[in-house]
Amino acid sequence: MAKAAVRAGLVAVGLAWVLVAQVVLAADAKTYVLEGSKAATLESCVEPTDVMRRKHMELIKHQRDETVHGGIRSSKHSLAGCVACHIRSDAEQGPTPIHHKDEFCGACHAFAAVNLNCFDCHASVPKGPDAELASHAAFQAVGGDRSVQARPDGEDH
Amino acid sequence: MKDHHESTDHPVDTGPADSGRRAFMGVAAGVTAAVVAPGVVLHSVTAAPRSEAVTSDVRWGLLIDTAKCVDGCSACVEACDRENGLNLQTKPEGASQGHWDDQKAVWIRKVKLQDNQTGRVTNLPMMCQHCENPPCVDVCPTGASFKRADGIVMVDRHTCIGCRYCMMACPYKARSFIHKVMEEQLTLVPRGKGCVESCNLCVHRRDFGQESTACVDACREAGHEAIVFGDLKDPESNIRKHLAEMSSRQIREDLSLNTGVRYSGI
Ligand code: SF4
Ligand code: SF4
Repeated sequence: MAKAAVRAGLVAVGLAWVLVAQVVLAADAKTYVLEGSKAATLESCVEPTDVMRRKHMELIKHQRDETVHGGIRSSKHSLAGCVACHIRSDAEQGPTPIHHKDEFCGACHAFAAVNLNCFDCHASVPKGPDAELASHAAFQAVGGDRSVQARPDGEDH
Repeated sequence: MKDHHESTDHPVDTGPADSGRRAFMGVAAGVTAAVVAPGVVLHSVTAAPRSEAVTSDVRWGLLIDTAKCVDGCSACVEACDRENGLNLQTKPEGASQGHWDDQKAVWIRKVKLQDNQTGRVTNLPMMCQHCENPPCVDVCPTGASFKRADGIVMVDRHTCIGCRYCMMACPYKARSFIHKVMEEQLTLVPRGKGCVESCNLCVHRRDFGQESTACVDACREAGHEAIVFGDLKDPESNIRKHLAEMSSRQIREDLSLNTGVRYSGI
């Protein structure tokens, strides 16, 4: 009898911990999505947050081969899409490179002690005359068009 | 259209269910692609990204009319530098200009040929010739050098180990090696230290359905029209029509590489 009570107690404590941990983690995660980025205005990333946290490197890795070898640029998992959505820019300074320590990729990777080198080769801010094409393609692939806003007055059609 | 637009505009802010939101996104994408203001959107409509892998139904190539290529003009080289971010390279501190000129990445070189007998001088732009049987691919130990199904030869920088075998194997001196850390790249043209690179026929333009390459556009804008880009497999294409009319040659024909870049007037 006593054993069962202890066991139930332990289970309850365990459950409570899981709950607390989730809340803490969720609060923690908020700090990584930065104010002023497009991502901050959206409900979720291209996949649910927990999937993105654990698997973003696999998602990006798989689509890189499709892009480089197959020329497929409409994948919903695209590094250009990550950058376009998570970059924080203010009017004066322009966009801040996303791999810097206080920015989206850099902050989390510093926390997790991951030495990322995507940005040794990939642009860390949206850049170039056609920069919007790449991110635009990624947004379209998830069924949205977040880089171009329709005019609210409807004058455009 | 106006009504349609307003009615769909509403749920984006207040839509309760995620599925509704996603359905809306789908609609919105269609709407914006079709109707939003010129400028930005025209761009995204004409430049739909490729969603199916490239096939060998096409083979991209260039035809260069050396009679029209002007001595001293470097419009194509400069346009290539801008398009692919080569102009973002900076000379390392302490390096001499001569050393830097040797080391920096170059995708197109203007080459001057002189016939020693007659003194006749010909100018021609030289870039990766997009060989059908590319020696660079043969020698690459990692598979990083590869030929896409549509004939574009390029380097997958994710797998390139920087051994530079391909640079040795290429008969056209078409490839460059990045020696120093790159601080700046363009979104559509990733490039960085330790990898080999060369002309990729503006592969990002191909994948977004654009019609020409940066060098072709620049040459036309400079008033010379010395370069034609197109599908070598399509008998109706501009490049095939030109090839049917004028005699053309491959450089180092003796190597039987069946290059995708052809020259006339040499
Ligand atoms: S020109 Fe050189 S780099 Fe280009 S495909 Fe031929 S061998 Fe390879
Ligand atoms: S330098 Fe890179 S692309 Fe060239 S042969 Fe070596 S691994 Fe292949």
